[in-house]
Amino acid sequence: MLDDFLVRAALAGLGVVLAAAPLGCFVVWRRMAYFGDATSHAALLGVALALATDLPVLGGVLVVALAMAVMFSSLSERHVSSDALLGVLAHAGLAIGLVAVSLVPGQRVDLSAYLFGDILAVSRLDLLVIWGGAALVGLLLLLRWQALLTSTLSADLATASGGNPRREQLILTLALALTVAVAIKVVGALLIAAMLIIPAAAARPFARTPETMAICALLMGAIAVAAGLGGSFAYDTPTGPSIVAAAAVLFALSTGLAPVLRRK
Amino acid sequence: MSLIEARRLTLGYGGSAVLRDVSFAIERGEIVTIVGPNGSGKSSLLRALIGALPPASGKVTRSKGLRIGYVPQKLLIDATLPLTAERFLNLPRRQTRADVSAALSRAGVSDLAKAQMASLSGGQFQRVLLARALLSKPDILILDEATQGLDQPGAAAFYRQIEEVRQEMGLAVLMVSHDLHVVMAASDRVLCLNGHICCEGSPEVVADAPEYRALFGTGTQGTLALYRHDHDHAHDHSHDHSHDHGHRH
Repeated sequence: MLDDFLVRAALAGLGVVLAAAPLGCFVVWRRMAYFGDATSHAALLGVALALATDLPVLGGVLVVALAMAVMFSSLSERHVSSDALLGVLAHAGLAIGLVAVSLVPGQRVDLSAYLFGDILAVSRLDLLVIWGGAALVGLLLLLRWQALLTSTLSADLATASGGNPRREQLILTLALALTVAVAIKVVGALLIAAMLIIPAAAARPFARTPETMAICALLMGAIAVAAGLGGSFAYDTPTGPSIVAAAAVLFALSTGLAPVLRRK
Repeated sequence: MSLIEARRLTLGYGGSAVLRDVSFAIERGEIVTIVGPNGSGKSSLLRALIGALPPASGKVTRSKGLRIGYVPQKLLIDATLPLTAERFLNLPRRQTRADVSAALSRAGVSDLAKAQMASLSGGQFQRVLLARALLSKPDILILDEATQGLDQPGAAAFYRQIEEVRQEMGLAVLMVSHDLHVVMAASDRVLCLNGHICCEGSPEVVADAPEYRALFGTGTQGTLALYRHDHDHAHDHSHDHSHDHGHRH
């Protein structure tokens, strides 16, 4: 079954959703959308680093994504996280990454694979890495769920009840870097943030608790993967963008339904 | 041993001190109110006492295993976060269904378990915050202008409830308030802040203190009587309300 590239692609997409959907809920709740954008854009720099040093791409991406995420965390703690600054860093990360990739000597790199993903070329080993990383992120979120929620509501509230909001922030940062590292092959650096934000946002109108929102986001993400893959196969469109486009359609539908749901 | 003790505490962000040289302690079962004008460092002091704001100098000691029930001034819940009152009460620790509904009914909002936090009125929201704070069976309840946005009867009802809970559970209460006339009479001790401790003592002593009158005028003297009520219940310990702080202004 795994010999079929479409099956491998579907499994890879679902693996990314497993990590990105619940993590995306926190990204949305904590208003970290730009943060996610910047971290995933910086991943391109990680690709350049990996190519230049002959390290596995996953390692390079993980290191740079983590460095970027930690830098953002500390900047936002110092209350300098203005919208503009985040915007500057997000796009600087992308531009510098693109420049760096082109400077890597001796190789002609297929940039679009890293920008938009190459889900149809996912190997068995890639699958293992994606599911391993996604399972780790899922487990991390599951274990810290209550503490993460409390510190998302209010850092002071969490501190007063004996929690440590800084640790929870670090856990989310780590989860974000891991998610970016495993998702770059699937949807590419440009669209990872979309897989974080859109399924969560599409799930919002259907949810009355944080847990139902996370589960609903998982479903939305899974539907988007299936629909995107199918559409891509039928109409010969790029797969990563097709998945994100499908998620966007789901968001539009659920937002359109929201007033009806609220009336109940 | 005091529940929380601050010794020579100085708080500040980036060089300028909001609060200088504050020494303060609160004992089991005591009600202490902090008053002071805007920007006098009231909220900063509370945040330092719960451990959310590291002191610039000085030290905060919390008794070992101290359970704090904290009711913040305001809780902004992002519109994208769906949260029922029931679910909120289960944070950070899961509670039994019976405990949750008991806490909600004690706070007078038993019918709101399934309501979204975003849909609650100001008064309902504060009561749900109080219910959550009480669920952890705290040794001390810390309230930061918890009646902000409530009208006067609403605020009075809220404080009456806190007083009831205090009697029932024997916990200490530390609160910051603007509603001087409503709060002060219910307190064992009042702390008047303005960048430092201006004056301190029983409500009557503080209301008469020249430092307090300089800050708030004499108008509140009259209204202090509004919420004057029976306040001669026994405490199992005695307070020392000595008033020799030796401030020079």
